[in-house]
Amino acid sequence: MRLPDSILPLLVEGLCYRAGAVEILRDVGFTLEAGGPSLVIGPNGAGKSVLLRLLHGLLAPSAGRIHWGAPEGNVPVARRQAMLFQRPVLLRRSVLANAAYPLRLAGLGRAEAAARAREGLALVGLEGLAERPARRLSGGEQQRLALARAAALQPEVLFLDEPCANLDPAATRAVEEIVATLAARGTKIVMTTHDLGQARRLAAEVLFLHQGRLLEQAPAEAFFAGPATAEARAFLRGELLW
Amino acid sequence: MQDLATAFATALGLVATADPAVTGILLLSLRVSLTAVALAALVGLPLGALLAVARFPGRRAVLVTLNALMGLPPVVAGLLIYLLLSRAGPLGPLGLLFTPTAMVIAQAVLIAPILAALSRQVLEGLWEEYAEQLRSFGAGPWRAVPTLLWDGRFALLTVLLAGFGRAAAEVGAVMIVGGNIEGFTRVMTTAIALETSKGDLPLALALGLMLMAIVLAVNALAQGLRDAAAGSAG
Amino acid sequence: MPILRRTLLLLAAFLAWAGTATAQERSITVASTTSTEQSGLFGHILPLFTQATGIAVRVVALGTGQALDVGRRGDADVVFVHDRAAEERFVAEGFGGPRRHVMYNDFVIIGPAADPARIAGLRDSTAALQRIAAARALFVSRGDRSGTHAAELRLWQQAGIDPVAGRGQWYREIGQGMGPALNSAAAQDAYLLADRGTWLSFRNRQTLKILVEGDARLFNQYGVMLVNPQRHPGVKAAEGQRFIDWLVSPAGQAAIAAYKIDGEQLFFPNADKPEPGA
Repeated sequence: MRLPDSILPLLVEGLCYRAGAVEILRDVGFTLEAGGPSLVIGPNGAGKSVLLRLLHGLLAPSAGRIHWGAPEGNVPVARRQAMLFQRPVLLRRSVLANAAYPLRLAGLGRAEAAARAREGLALVGLEGLAERPARRLSGGEQQRLALARAAALQPEVLFLDEPCANLDPAATRAVEEIVATLAARGTKIVMTTHDLGQARRLAAEVLFLHQGRLLEQAPAEAFFAGPATAEARAFLRGELLW
Repeated sequence: MQDLATAFATALGLVATADPAVTGILLLSLRVSLTAVALAALVGLPLGALLAVARFPGRRAVLVTLNALMGLPPVVAGLLIYLLLSRAGPLGPLGLLFTPTAMVIAQAVLIAPILAALSRQVLEGLWEEYAEQLRSFGAGPWRAVPTLLWDGRFALLTVLLAGFGRAAAEVGAVMIVGGNIEGFTRVMTTAIALETSKGDLPLALALGLMLMAIVLAVNALAQGLRDAAAGSAG
Repeated sequence: MPILRRTLLLLAAFLAWAGTATAQERSITVASTTSTEQSGLFGHILPLFTQATGIAVRVVALGTGQALDVGRRGDADVVFVHDRAAEERFVAEGFGGPRRHVMYNDFVIIGPAADPARIAGLRDSTAALQRIAAARALFVSRGDRSGTHAAELRLWQQAGIDPVAGRGQWYREIGQGMGPALNSAAAQDAYLLADRGTWLSFRNRQTLKILVEGDARLFNQYGVMLVNPQRHPGVKAAEGQRFIDWLVSPAGQAAIAAYKIDGEQLFFPNADKPEPGA
């Protein structure tokens, strides 16, 4: 299924987003290359979730542009990405049917979709619960199912918006392991978090967002060793509330 | 009190003897109302789902109209269908007036707005929850309609039961387009009206009790089905 | 899920069964009056006709005015009612006919046993109405353009009274059939004009009883007409005509005469005699 042409790099220029009079993102520009996970961090209200939704195409920018690497119209860009939400949205169906749903939407036959869905479930360790009603799963299992569902689409880019915000430490660890596995397989991870520990564990690159502006984009090691801006230093010291 | 006791005794007697005339009327009631619900569902549920997901100019007006149509008096629905199906009307050549088919059509017209309005309400909540995720999957409003209908199936069952209750209980429309013809278009409600007008109040009440029992049985059956299915599909 | 799917299949099968039209035997639709149907006359004579001819008869029971309207729209094949003036208008306007007179019974004036207007035992029906109006005793009128309603209005006219003046007070038009009118009168101890057939088969009488009967003006003639097939090509003229021919035939007339409730004959066939007042 994976098309030869990559949709990366992702080039973002002068991105602005306003909701009414409130400016949520202001003049954000960066480039995302293929490679290790990019973690978007920053205090609450920095605009992290909105940024992800803009990149994924769920919101339309007020100004600026989002340019995928693939030549326009050549590669179905939307089909090459997937997104995970803070609260997993599960259909009122079985675990397997949930994982197969987007594959069927994408035009796969029933059998093929089921087979790929089962692979996804195996990846997150839910293959034993395939026939269970999805909405009877625990919170951690639900988020893992959402991960399996996204992974089954074999996206080139996977957006994750605070996927562990509502999970306990064990479930958080399980999700992080799956994300790391996907990253190691070559899926580009773009993830927001307010959990610095999580960012340190997963990030290859950090984008630091503050009050709607992108203040830093740096390799994770460099960022955590010595952030360039005063805001980032304050954030790392825990002085900026989130 | 005497009449009530007589009614209960009469109802039990009718059930115990499985009176063929009453059984026929009962089956026709079920047949007409269930067919009407199925027909109305075919139109009403997708329409409700579409209204839940689609945003277009004039949507509010459509919703207000639909809500108003929920209160459509059965007699008015009956009269409209009568004029359509009358031999002097546009659909006269079909020869459907005073047949069970005409009754099905009238009841379907009566309850389709109810099914559409209620399912719109039920599915709008579901759509709020699903919208972002489905869009992420690349599903537009049209593709969302079948998804919502399936995922909302248990709530929609209640909607269908509301429609069935209304259909089975109404007398005005079927009286006009069916004609209450003995052995052909006489259903429970028109039979009740007839016995009332003949002054046989205990028999009318007995038939009413049987109708309520049937509606109750259909509801219990649906509820049981829902519980059984919910156990396996959440 | 399997349970739901199986049930859906069952439901589909049920609907397939429900959707199939009933076997289309030969049948005609007769627009008639509540009095003939509710008295049980049709239940008695129609099986005999069907047995003799193989034609099923579907009766839509309405007031005479409504029944004639159904005929005007071509929604019935035969109209069988009891309001001679209205029937002759129907024929004159070319909606059907010719009209055949079939049978008669009579109207009776019913009232509460307490009889506040003191009309019990009167022979003269107009005198009875005058007393009711003078006493401003409650009177329930059909008010539905039925044959009985027309007869009632004729009687008031002959009595020289305009009951409409008492409308909403002692004179109560309910716009419904004979049965509901009887129920209404029974509930409020009111007087009313009823056809004898419906009265005899009516069960919820409370204190109501017959107070005036036997006046020649209470005569109630029934007539039958074929709806004009030239106006409405859908009309089953041949079958409808057979029904009319049978009603006025010796077999049909005998069947009508044989129908009794508690030994009392309800309708008197008179097709072979000249129509009274003709």
